[in-house]
Amino acid sequence: MDLLSLLSDFTIRNVTLGAMLLGISSGVLGSFAVLRKQSLLGDMLSHAALPGICLGFIIVGSRQLLPLLLGALVSGTAAALFMLLLINRSRLKTDAALGSALSFFFAIGIVLLTYIQAKPDANQAGLTAFLFGQAASIVPSDLWILGSITVLALGIVLLFWKEFKVVTFDLQFANTLGFPTGVLEILLTSMVALAVVMGLQFVGVILMAAMIIAPAVAARQWTERLELMVFLAALFGALSGIVGALISALARGLATGPVIVLCASAIVLVSLLFAPNRGLVWASWQTRQQHKTLRSRQLLSNLYKLGLTHADPHYRVEETMMNAYYGMQTRDIFKRLESRGLIKQSSHMPEEGRHWELTPNGIEEARQFLHSLGNGDMGQDEVQHAGA
Amino acid sequence: MLVLDVQIVLVGALVGISSSLLGSFLVLRKNSMLSDAISHSILLGIILTYLLIKQTTGPFFILGAALAGVVTVYLTEFITNTKRVKNDAAIGLVFPVLFSIAVILINLYARDVHIDIDAVLFGEIGFIWLDTTRWLGLELPKSLLSMTIIALINLAFVSLFYKELKISTFDEALATALGFRPTLLFYALLTLTSVTAVTAFDAVGAILLVAFVIVPPAAAYLLTDKLWRMMAYGIVISLGSSLFGYYLAVLWDVSIAGMMAVMTGVFLILAFLLSPRYGLIAQEVIRRSQRFANEERALVVHLFNHEHSSHQNEENIVSALREHLRWSESKSRNILMRSLDNNLIVREGEILNLTLKGRAIAQEIMQPWYRPISSEG
Repeated sequence: MDLLSLLSDFTIRNVTLGAMLLGISSGVLGSFAVLRKQSLLGDMLSHAALPGICLGFIIVGSRQLLPLLLGALVSGTAAALFMLLLINRSRLKTDAALGSALSFFFAIGIVLLTYIQAKPDANQAGLTAFLFGQAASIVPSDLWILGSITVLALGIVLLFWKEFKVVTFDLQFANTLGFPTGVLEILLTSMVALAVVMGLQFVGVILMAAMIIAPAVAARQWTERLELMVFLAALFGALSGIVGALISALARGLATGPVIVLCASAIVLVSLLFAPNRGLVWASWQTRQQHKTLRSRQLLSNLYKLGLTHADPHYRVEETMMNAYYGMQTRDIFKRLESRGLIKQSSHMPEEGRHWELTPNGIEEARQFLHSLGNGDMGQDEVQHAGA
Repeated sequence: MLVLDVQIVLVGALVGISSSLLGSFLVLRKNSMLSDAISHSILLGIILTYLLIKQTTGPFFILGAALAGVVTVYLTEFITNTKRVKNDAAIGLVFPVLFSIAVILINLYARDVHIDIDAVLFGEIGFIWLDTTRWLGLELPKSLLSMTIIALINLAFVSLFYKELKISTFDEALATALGFRPTLLFYALLTLTSVTAVTAFDAVGAILLVAFVIVPPAAAYLLTDKLWRMMAYGIVISLGSSLFGYYLAVLWDVSIAGMMAVMTGVFLILAFLLSPRYGLIAQEVIRRSQRFANEERALVVHLFNHEHSSHQNEENIVSALREHLRWSESKSRNILMRSLDNNLIVREGEILNLTLKGRAIAQEIMQPWYRPISSEG
């Protein structure tokens, strides 16, 4: 099946569109969660959605999307409040409070799930799909719900852009500006819950954490600006949603959620390695360059200083002596300096070894470098002295 | 069936005990979310090891599968150490990848891998009798034996290295200075956590294990300041959760492991509310008694300030409290009643007078330098 006929398939188009919407909203909202050091909040909220889904099902009695999502939102919020209560009013730290809320609510969800499964009811079949996601079960009316949630989330982010930015980066400053920081924080948190709830159908409760974290972390590597980061996170989220949905559609039998998560993680890996400035490959290349520059300068200024002490600016230095002095092979460094025209090779009979001396350019370069370090005056005086 | 009931409760309790012994240190080190990551990742370890050696039991299987947990911790630390990603985000990046690969492998090798996706979530503690072995002439579930061994190993680990673990947990720099290798201990702790997770997998599944690792120690932490007591309380809470969880699960016909995990949460809530020192109610009582004491102090200081002055008759009367201290009528009545009861003031007509005790309290606040030289002392 080629890509075009794939996209014209009704189900696959729905799934791809839905996964893209999910990627966009979780990327945008995840950016704020990651920057506010609340990455695992998404993990907690998604696990805590399970009892809500089950309760929604028990109350409504069928697998309609909207009641289940509402239930998920309610139980996620309850878990978040439970966690905040533990953090603020007990001596438990964030991690223990998070883990306790997560496992407690998930356990309640499991209990409710087995309760539903024990009932003789044909409609409960699709419920376990929420654990790992089952994108194929998407129907067009679901897309309308997902689309509205995405538009709503993006609208709120645009509307409160400035406020969210300040709250994210400097909460105290936001307080002094008189922003209702409590309300804004709750708004941001509940929007993460909204994104989580959206993803349940595609990615499932267990892997949804990755969709909150991965696009945002990937985007963070490429930029220092929030605007660009949020945009890139949306892009990466959409990309992993589309690619993941298509792959899982091509290879039938693969659960959509894990494939989407692996796509998002692959983008993270590429970003961590290759992003300019922050990327690990980039950073190690830069470190190498800095090492090279440092060594060349060191060697150059040593040649210059030897010239000073021997009262001969063109004092010829033997290469093996420098090897011994630095405890390493200096040939490459000499060669690099030579290619820049700062030194030239010379001989110093009767000694056989390779010798090097500074060119006028090299003297100038070394003098400027030492001057920039703050001992240039001494150098200039004595060089004139030596030259005379 | 009575024996089976006891066996199931015992397995549940042993899962809780082995997990909370290790979990105590994770909670104290603020690393408890690592257990969440480990419990998800071992699914990959279990599947890979099974595909490799075609066994789902035995020490090789357990160690191989537990390796995935250790790899998770290592990768998380590695990503954190690049300083490009915060620790919590690193946790949330690593385990979904390993878990996703595991789910995909289950999809691909569904015929070979006899792992029911339900089992991943809540285990099959009710079916432990399906897999039994004979030991000393008794027919016992294998999970009971393996969990007993794991519980003993964990107990031996925390008792043998109690001192080292304690110092490494509370003062890592000191532990390093003393030559204790805290990092090695940390990895040993997490290796054992992974081994426990793999062994408990059949019984409680991957994700509910988090409840057994984090919640009993968290509840115990609200009850005591002593490390060994924290572990002991964790054991008691695990036992209680297993017992009550099993009872309720049978009563309502729901997941046994799930109900046991719910019970750990219930114990946490109870500890949070009722702990004698750190509980919500105890805190409220302390806050109330402090507020009462402050109000009584405000009253005696007010009376002391105007005692023997020309406006004593306007200030030291009941109605003045409302206007000058801005206390509502009911509030001033309550405070007056308490102060009269505590023998801080006496009433003479309209006028409120300080008793010796009340004056002493006011004097200590207003004139701390004043020491009565009287013989009564």
